[in-house]
Amino acid sequence: MSPTLMALVLIALGFAGYIAGQARALASAGGDSRVLHSLPRYYGMYAAMMALVPGVVLLVLWLILQPMVIGNAAAGLIDSPDEQGLIQSDVRRVADGLDLAVAQGAISAVGAQALEADGTIRNLLAQVSAPLASDVTTEVLNAAQAYRRMDARGTLFMSIAVLAAALAGLALAWTRTDKDLRARNKVESGVRALLIIAASIATLTTLGIILSLVASTIEFFQLYSASDFFFGTTWSPSFGGGSELGVLPLLWGTLYISLIALLVAVPIGLFAAIYLSEYATPRMRSIVKPLLEVLAGIPTIVYGLFALLTVGPLLLGLFGSEGLGWMQAGTAVMTAGLVMGIMLIPFVSSLSDDIMGGVPQALRDGSYAIGATKSETIRQVVLPAALPGIVGAVLLAASRAIGETMIVVLGAGAAARLGLNPFDAMTTVTAKIVSQLTGDADFASPEALVAFALGMTLFVITLGLNVIALWIVRRYREQYE
Amino acid sequence: MTQKTSLIEPDARTRRRNAAEKRFRAYGAVAIAIGLGFLVILLTTIIVNGRGAFQQTFLSVPVYLDPAKLDKKGDRNPEDIAKVSTFGYGPLIQAALLEQVRGLNIDTPLTDAKDMKALISASAAAEVRDVVMADASLIGRTVTFNLLASSRVDGYLKDRVSRVGVERDKNIDAVHLDLVDKLRDAGVVARSFNLSFITGADASESRPEQAGMGVAILGSLAMMAVVLVLSLPIGVAASIYLEEFAPKNRWTDLIEVNISNLAAVPSIVFGILGLAAFIQFAHLPQSAPLVGGLVLTLMTLPTIIISTRASLKSVPPSIRDAALGVGASKMQAVFHHVLPLAMPGILTGTIIGLAQALGETAPLLLIGMVGYVATNYPDGIGSAFLDPNSAMPAQIFEWAKRADPAYYERAWGGIIILLVVLLSVNLIAILLRRRFERRW
Repeated sequence: MSPTLMALVLIALGFAGYIAGQARALASAGGDSRVLHSLPRYYGMYAAMMALVPGVVLLVLWLILQPMVIGNAAAGLIDSPDEQGLIQSDVRRVADGLDLAVAQGAISAVGAQALEADGTIRNLLAQVSAPLASDVTTEVLNAAQAYRRMDARGTLFMSIAVLAAALAGLALAWTRTDKDLRARNKVESGVRALLIIAASIATLTTLGIILSLVASTIEFFQLYSASDFFFGTTWSPSFGGGSELGVLPLLWGTLYISLIALLVAVPIGLFAAIYLSEYATPRMRSIVKPLLEVLAGIPTIVYGLFALLTVGPLLLGLFGSEGLGWMQAGTAVMTAGLVMGIMLIPFVSSLSDDIMGGVPQALRDGSYAIGATKSETIRQVVLPAALPGIVGAVLLAASRAIGETMIVVLGAGAAARLGLNPFDAMTTVTAKIVSQLTGDADFASPEALVAFALGMTLFVITLGLNVIALWIVRRYREQYE
Repeated sequence: MTQKTSLIEPDARTRRRNAAEKRFRAYGAVAIAIGLGFLVILLTTIIVNGRGAFQQTFLSVPVYLDPAKLDKKGDRNPEDIAKVSTFGYGPLIQAALLEQVRGLNIDTPLTDAKDMKALISASAAAEVRDVVMADASLIGRTVTFNLLASSRVDGYLKDRVSRVGVERDKNIDAVHLDLVDKLRDAGVVARSFNLSFITGADASESRPEQAGMGVAILGSLAMMAVVLVLSLPIGVAASIYLEEFAPKNRWTDLIEVNISNLAAVPSIVFGILGLAAFIQFAHLPQSAPLVGGLVLTLMTLPTIIISTRASLKSVPPSIRDAALGVGASKMQAVFHHVLPLAMPGILTGTIIGLAQALGETAPLLLIGMVGYVATNYPDGIGSAFLDPNSAMPAQIFEWAKRADPAYYERAWGGIIILLVVLLSVNLIAILLRRRFERRW
């Protein structure tokens, strides 16, 4: 049975369990629902739960594990010095293709078993739109046939096991159900377990990020020395080998662009926040603040295009060969930095505005009482009081700038360079992650694996900034609450 | 102290302080003006550059569908007609256009039918062929087609292609442009609304006039469906646990810190996770909207959890107490009373999270949704999720990278579509909030 059919059968079993459980509970109470411990529907849910949980868990586990186990076993038939993973995927592709061919009626099931390893297979699979990169060898074909046999057998076993598990659960629920069963409590603890699993997914995501980054980073450092990566000043990957993969030029580009972005965003954002929280009327504030926040809601690809096609050529006209002669091309640190700065304005302004709004009015009143003007109060009382929170807001904006991808991919250029001229093209960690992972590179080469090391670097930096920023903001909030 | 002070006449120092006050206030106003100015500039740039994509130049040409070329046997057998490829139709169209030029008595040095090729889109032949394939009885008759003009002609009418630039262009010459001017006066060349930009598929690098967003919009829709189906239940369940049931211990603390930090992890890192977990480890198909949706789900979950918790928190405790007081269990109090009351807030938060995911590009780069040329519509529901496709922001990025400037116009136009979608999604969220929000 196919997994979809299995799922449907399980749902039907669950539904049957719901009806049967409810009926049995009512019967045990002699039809008087007041005698039951729980409402009748909880008995139904209990039975449905007992049928579904073991069935679904088994089904999911089986679906995940079966391809791995069988793939290993089938690839084990081939004695080859090549990468085992590569063969596995070859075998699987041939096997899947044959299955598809049988399903579409391009070949009979018996015919598929009797195929010979020659050009016909490739043609056949191309017909059913499962094209292969190369011709199939006898070994791979044999392994693929073995894979298909094991797969069919495995699927049969799976159907039996899943059905058995679901029926066993149902039977257990059936025998247990009577009027004294604490069905509601059982159902509720089941729901609670479900809630806990959902809450853990966030943690699993972090775990997944760390695992996927760490595993490949370690692999990378086995191929390329860590000190050359962290202290190398040249970035020149070449997929033919002999690459130099120093992270310093990328880090420098990242920080330089972020710095320019912050130089744009912090003054504008901060003054805007001061005006919004201290001077603006509530009506003006309710209009201007959402409008500024629109800047943060615009997708970054829009800013990227704006940098590439509008700001870049504009700057080139001013600072290029026809102007001051500092700039060679439209893509440069300045282009990306300016546009990123625009994007970050609301990050600084909205958070700073909230934070200044949290400064107690009594502090301002005290300052006015001794004769300070409004601006003096802001500069000497409100801002110092809000400073930790504002620093937190700026750090959050900085972490956003460092992790920004689309603007730098489109606006900053591709040349890794350690330089000071802000009108030169430079590149960043994020832009290089993209360029190293989007080619047709072999994922086992250091040139592709370096992207994971870069991702790790990026993750650690932004995580550090976020933890510090959130800690500062939280501590600051507690101070005045 | 000989200084005279008066309440009516401010002294020099007071004047200075008041001036400083005015200046400071002005700085703030200027900062806001700059911020809003940027917004206005950005939006104007988008509209000015992008509106051209919604207009396209068409040639109305009466084409004689020559039976000698299209159906040599003359028995209108569909299989025989299908054997004539688009190469058979190209010369027909070119000849028809030349005929029309002559019929209008337009004076031009171009006398060969092949010279007309520069004016007509490469897709025109396929367009005519599709019409003939659908209705074989048209063969032998003269049918007037509204054919796409080539992107150079389109660009000339939109002032993108200039006569100066054309000198180095091997696709078109100045004489062609002269002819276009005359054809426009004759009403043969005209611009009209380009619906196929919104509904059509992407085209190859050489024919920007044909490219549309339709397939990418479907890709984005499929991804959003995945995000909605996964992130709403998981996000709500996680929030309910953390807000209503979680004991205060290390484990829940860890989860909370995690969620607030995950919300700030750069989106490209989620792309790496998607590549490693879904494509390399789980062997899900590359470029598939399903994988894109999974990655974006992980990315939007923290946003949804944070906003859901806020709306659960805003339901007053008295509601819970009342439910518990009449004998509901904790679970019943939450699911029967708190959750329905928090639902409008939860939906608003979810929609805003979805809008964020809709505009995200970086993770899609890594799972292969960029670089894929989305020229075919998915065949069905399954293929909409599992077959390679593009997405709106990925399509815009793809166009921005192509060399032909005609694609830049498409990219800006794509942004207009994307922003209109985002705007309407956010509008729904705002309306929902206005309509259902309760202040306790």
